[in-house]
Amino acid sequence: MCLGVPGKIIAIDNADLGTAWVEISGVRRSVSLACLLDETTEPESLIGQWTLVHVGFAMSVIDADEAQRTLQLLNEMKALEQEMDGHEIRG
Amino acid sequence: MKFVDEFRDPELAEHLLQRIKVLLNTAPLANRESVRVMEVCGGHTHTIFKYGLDRLLPSRLELIHGPGCPVCVLPRDAIDTAIEIALQPKVILASFGDALRVPGTRMSLLQARAAGADVRTVYSPMDALALAKQHPDHSVVFFAIGFETTIPATALTMLQAERENVENFTMLARHISIIPTLKALLDDPELENDGFIGPGHVSMVIGTEPYEFVAQAYGKPLVVSGFEPLDLLQSLQMVLEQLACGTSVIENQYARVVRKQGNAQAQQAISTLFEPRASDYWQGLGEVAGSGLQFRPEYSHFDAEQHFLCDASKPSDIVEQGCCDQVLKGALQPQACPLFGRVCTPSQPVSALMVSSEGACAARYLYRSGEHRDVG
Repeated sequence: MCLGVPGKIIAIDNADLGTAWVEISGVRRSVSLACLLDETTEPESLIGQWTLVHVGFAMSVIDADEAQRTLQLLNEMKALEQEMDGHEIRG
Repeated sequence: MKFVDEFRDPELAEHLLQRIKVLLNTAPLANRESVRVMEVCGGHTHTIFKYGLDRLLPSRLELIHGPGCPVCVLPRDAIDTAIEIALQPKVILASFGDALRVPGTRMSLLQARAAGADVRTVYSPMDALALAKQHPDHSVVFFAIGFETTIPATALTMLQAERENVENFTMLARHISIIPTLKALLDDPELENDGFIGPGHVSMVIGTEPYEFVAQAYGKPLVVSGFEPLDLLQSLQMVLEQLACGTSVIENQYARVVRKQGNAQAQQAISTLFEPRASDYWQGLGEVAGSGLQFRPEYSHFDAEQHFLCDASKPSDIVEQGCCDQVLKGALQPQACPLFGRVCTPSQPVSALMVSSEGACAARYLYRSGEHRDVG
């Protein structure tokens, strides 16, 4: 039920309704931007961003830097572990 | 980056599994018979079985499948009310597909459709609103279920209907809030768990702060998690790191999607339309104070139950079979229920845990059919 799918905001669909075309796994769908828009956010500024889509609504802008940080942390932990394993074998 | 495949890397998964094994074999966890972590969200239950994480993880790390599947906790009388409305003339009942096979007292919505009710499956509540505009001579009722992930969508759709003056559109609302549900679970003496994997998409709406009581009042770690295999493994590792150090705090593994404060617009939409109800009954959970939502008086014209004058108070006289309540609290594994896979299957579900692919029973049945795992 709480399934959310990442998609890329491609273009504004209906500016009055606040909907945009979002590409999800190669399929385009009109999605509401209501949860992403406030007084300071113009719909056009969201084009090119990745968003998490749930039942036809864009619910969150996906933070690419945070995603990168998570993966980097995992890779660093892996490297550290391999280094320690190496020491154990040698020692 | 497409935010999916990157979080399915088998090499990184293997590394996380090794770290989890090390943590379980280090004091103070080493001398524990088992460590029990509950994943609250049904989406996580689905990922665990789909990717076989339960088989990769050490057996001493026991995963308890929690109540975060709104379809699974739908009480029979909610289905009965939906059917009562759907069977009236000139009514179209629009529902998410997940709810169609949930058994009511006498039948499911799918069986009601076979009996002549106009029941439509929709992907979004906006599709239900579109149906109302296409069929001005019908009354279109949206069957609104789900946790906080879904509530903003139904609230925003209703506000859209109001703006567009669509008068033939109402909603049968059976939304459920996560925080009162978690509180009730934590107060249940039958629950024995060491920590939680928190629901990622509910949290993108409510944020991470509402969970603070889990760590502060109950002393249990909770890590909000994403839904890919690496997300879940990393979250489990984070819970175990906390248990190993004897700390309990709220952490956010899913920072690419979840912000500490959640989504203000979504929260605003919920509180504009809804307010908490004193108490609601949920399948497997029983009465949970403050868990259900009702329309604020100024929006009561959206309430399908008032519109159709349903008799929602009549109690169900059905005697529940099976062990759903035990499974939902993590007191029992699905396969230990005597009905599992014999009397209760996805094609003939006795209860909703076997209906939704996020239900602990259906997920286990779907991905582990034919497997007879030794219990204990």
